[in-house]
Amino acid sequence: MSFKKLLIPASAIPIIALLAYGLTRDPNKIESPLPGREAFAFSSETLDGDTVRLADLRGSVVVMNFWASWCVACIEEHGYFVEAERLYADSDFQMLGIVYQDTPENARRWMRMRGGDWPSLIDPNSRIAIDYGVYGVPETYFIDKTGRIAFKQIGPVSRALLHQKVDSLLAAPATGDLTATERSAEAISVGESPGHVGDQPVEESDRPTSEGQP
Amino acid sequence: MISVKKIAVQHVLLVVALIAAVALAVQEGWGAQEESPAVTTEQVDPALEEQVREIAANLRCPTCRALSVLDSPSGMAQEMRGLIRDQLLSGKTPDEVTAYFVERYGEWILLQPKAEGFNWTVWLLPVLLLAGGLVFVLMTARRWVQQGQARAAEEGQEGEI
Repeated sequence: MSFKKLLIPASAIPIIALLAYGLTRDPNKIESPLPGREAFAFSSETLDGDTVRLADLRGSVVVMNFWASWCVACIEEHGYFVEAERLYADSDFQMLGIVYQDTPENARRWMRMRGGDWPSLIDPNSRIAIDYGVYGVPETYFIDKTGRIAFKQIGPVSRALLHQKVDSLLAAPATGDLTATERSAEAISVGESPGHVGDQPVEESDRPTSEGQP
Repeated sequence: MISVKKIAVQHVLLVVALIAAVALAVQEGWGAQEESPAVTTEQVDPALEEQVREIAANLRCPTCRALSVLDSPSGMAQEMRGLIRDQLLSGKTPDEVTAYFVERYGEWILLQPKAEGFNWTVWLLPVLLLAGGLVFVLMTARRWVQQGQARAAEEGQEGEI
């Protein structure tokens, strides 16, 4: 076969290779530019009428969860948050909910029904959600004691992932030395789990997922 | 006994009454529409709205993804359009507004990737493929013409013999 006859099938190879590479990638997995960066400041009214400023929570590990009462995928993880609130009651830990595209009435009903004493903030015009680059719900941000975003979970949080991240961030110093958390954020931002932290193995099923996204 | 003529007259009257009722209803509807407090042109700045549309057209809707923020009917896209408008009103330039969204969502949010670095592949590859295809078609056509001319010349020579 002459070179010219081989040229046409040969030119198709890179295109097929490119398509094959595309098929191996998860289209729902979108890398966020936020892990490792300072959490954006905000203040808003809670469902109970109080005002919460994120800056006031500096010094605590903040698990900030965007949720809605219409979000089916939010139901299971909510139970883990209730557990965590009890488990880490004596630690520098703060759960924070941000109500996403929902009415305060429905959100209040959800919290009454499913428990949880943490503040849930109303987000008028979804400004906090847009500020944090939210794609849908549930999405959860783990903010370290220095106020830096250590990790972003797109989709529901598993119990193991929640404990692993919180334990890791609670163990990190509350000073400017962010080596541990930055390393963790870097690993996660490229879609990898840091593996074993706090002797708690992360199973394959517990890896970051984007299931439940709208 | 009711005559056929009388029944026909009754039917005609009924039809005329129905048509009149429909016409009246339509007219009232139009009237109501004209009187409704629609957004007046004084409230909308056409230049601002054009800028909002231009920025929103280049941003991917985060919740529906296949649509731009301009085209998406989702609540999130609506809020994003509002935020674009507010940021422009606060004095930000269109580039600064777009940069705000890129900072939060990454370049994924741009429907049209920036022409820089590896992104040049996306911009240049179609042009290169098109140019390559054009050269291929021209060369093939030229070869066909040459082959046709050679065949015609051969046939001419055979005819002379």
